Amino acid sequence: MQAQEIYVALEQQFPGQVSDLKAEVLEPYLTVAGASIVEVCKFLRDRAGMDFEVLSDLTALDWPKEEKIQVVYHLFSYGHNHQIVLKVDLPRDNPKIATVEGIWKVANWFEREIYDLFGVIFEGHSDLRRIMLPEDWTGYPLRKDYVEQEEYDGISTQRAPLVEKLLR
Amino acid sequence: MNESIETGTGLNTEDMTISVGPQHPSTHGVLRFVVKTDGEVISEAIPDVGYLHRSIEKIGEKVTYHGYVPYTDRADYLAAMFANQAFCMAAEKLARTEVTRRGEFCRVVACELNRIASHLISVGTFGQDIGAMTPFVHALRERETVNNLMEEICGARLTYNYIRIGGVGYDIVPETLTKIGEFIDHLEPIVDEFNRLLSGNKIFIERLAGVAIVSREDAFSYNLVGPNLRGSGIKWDIRRDIPYSVYPELEFDVPIGTAHVGKLGDSFDRYWVRIREMQESCKILRQCLQMMPKGPAISKVPRKFRPPAGECYARVEAPRGDMGFYVVSDGSEYPYRVRIRTGSFTAMAIIDKLSKGIMLADLIALIGSLDVDAPEIDR
Repeated sequence: MQAQEIYVALEQQFPGQVSDLKAEVLEPYLTVAGASIVEVCKFLRDRAGMDFEVLSDLTALDWPKEEKIQVVYHLFSYGHNHQIVLKVDLPRDNPKIATVEGIWKVANWFEREIYDLFGVIFEGHSDLRRIMLPEDWTGYPLRKDYVEQEEYDGISTQRAPLVEKLLR
Repeated sequence: MNESIETGTGLNTEDMTISVGPQHPSTHGVLRFVVKTDGEVISEAIPDVGYLHRSIEKIGEKVTYHGYVPYTDRADYLAAMFANQAFCMAAEKLARTEVTRRGEFCRVVACELNRIASHLISVGTFGQDIGAMTPFVHALRERETVNNLMEEICGARLTYNYIRIGGVGYDIVPETLTKIGEFIDHLEPIVDEFNRLLSGNKIFIERLAGVAIVSREDAFSYNLVGPNLRGSGIKWDIRRDIPYSVYPELEFDVPIGTAHVGKLGDSFDRYWVRIREMQESCKILRQCLQMMPKGPAISKVPRKFRPPAGECYARVEAPRGDMGFYVVSDGSEYPYRVRIRTGSFTAMAIIDKLSKGIMLADLIALIGSLDVDAPEIDR
């Protein structure tokens, strides 16, 4: 199914909740309102003809200039061999969105990773903990304005460049 | 402490919490499980990952497109070629760069050799995890030959930095191609020998048949990919179904799980898919050696590589399944964002579910059968 058809079907089902289809790009994507992401995903998974049984990838993008964090869902269907990309814009100062863990179980880990590295809160998530970094790490490294902390647990993260050391 | 359990005999037992890893030999890198067991039966095995997190995605935002290729090697050191290729494919798609035909064939040859090497490690260490030492040594011996061939192709044995944007770094010389042909002739009988040694071994089969069955629904819901997905009987291979490079011109089968000795989607099925994939890779290599066209190995790509603003998601079929690179460009020399989606990450997510109710020793078989690779989980 083409992105255009998916978009039209979604618009009919969820008026006002989907917008901004970009069909002429490499991976067609559309924007979904954060409040209805769970219903949209459920619809895309269950509706015959859509059958997006797989969440291929779930990640985020940080856009400090636009003051937003985008959560990006890559959906894929083995049966129809088609894909669609959903994007949700969240405010950068308080990014919160409902979890899709109930639809695709793999979202549990994907969402933990986004929480860890971007600081997006997934409401209703069963186990929202940091996954890559230690629990007491401060900051969200994949945000564009992230500043590396100077030391962690008494260990310095700064090293003088080797050449300077040798020249001294 | 864990709550005590009434057994009805007047004696109380307690659940035991054990930490498996991070340095356990069966964990293939550094990863850890917090296992709760009742005797030998696992009630919960919570994976704890992140020990090898090297922030490869963040580094991607700080180096140029050309400069990022060596970093992709480190995502999965057992199959570095595929990460190279996936990233280069994403960059090429963004900038609409052509890859030369010889370059494409060099890529396929290098990748399939790499797949054989990776699967050899996988099945070899799998045997070792289960307690069969000898097959491991046999598998590693063959892999050593692949490493030698790789060294001839690109000068490196593990982290290749061979596939570049627009083609490959170096052409494969005819002498090396001859050697690759000889190696395939040598490997195919070895796979049969390996099957006699390990795959047909009664102890090995009984350790795996019917253990940790992944249903079709779970394979979808947890987004298992590659041999783990095919082990559950789903005929899906990116090389065949979302064709890239020159794979549409090549003939090969996609092996799937068939409940060979136990039930569909059990640990043995996943192992058995890998063995047969090595044979398919040999087939692909043989065709490539015959079809190898003449011409340049790399197209002309500007040194200052600036793809127009946009985003793309490139997938390749790596030994651990669908490896996806989601690259966002803002039109500058540096990627705005690089996201690496790997097969091991999603395979790890299912372990907690599959381990409920199995024996502790079977957890080792489960980890081995999913072929998870710690650096690829953590990136």
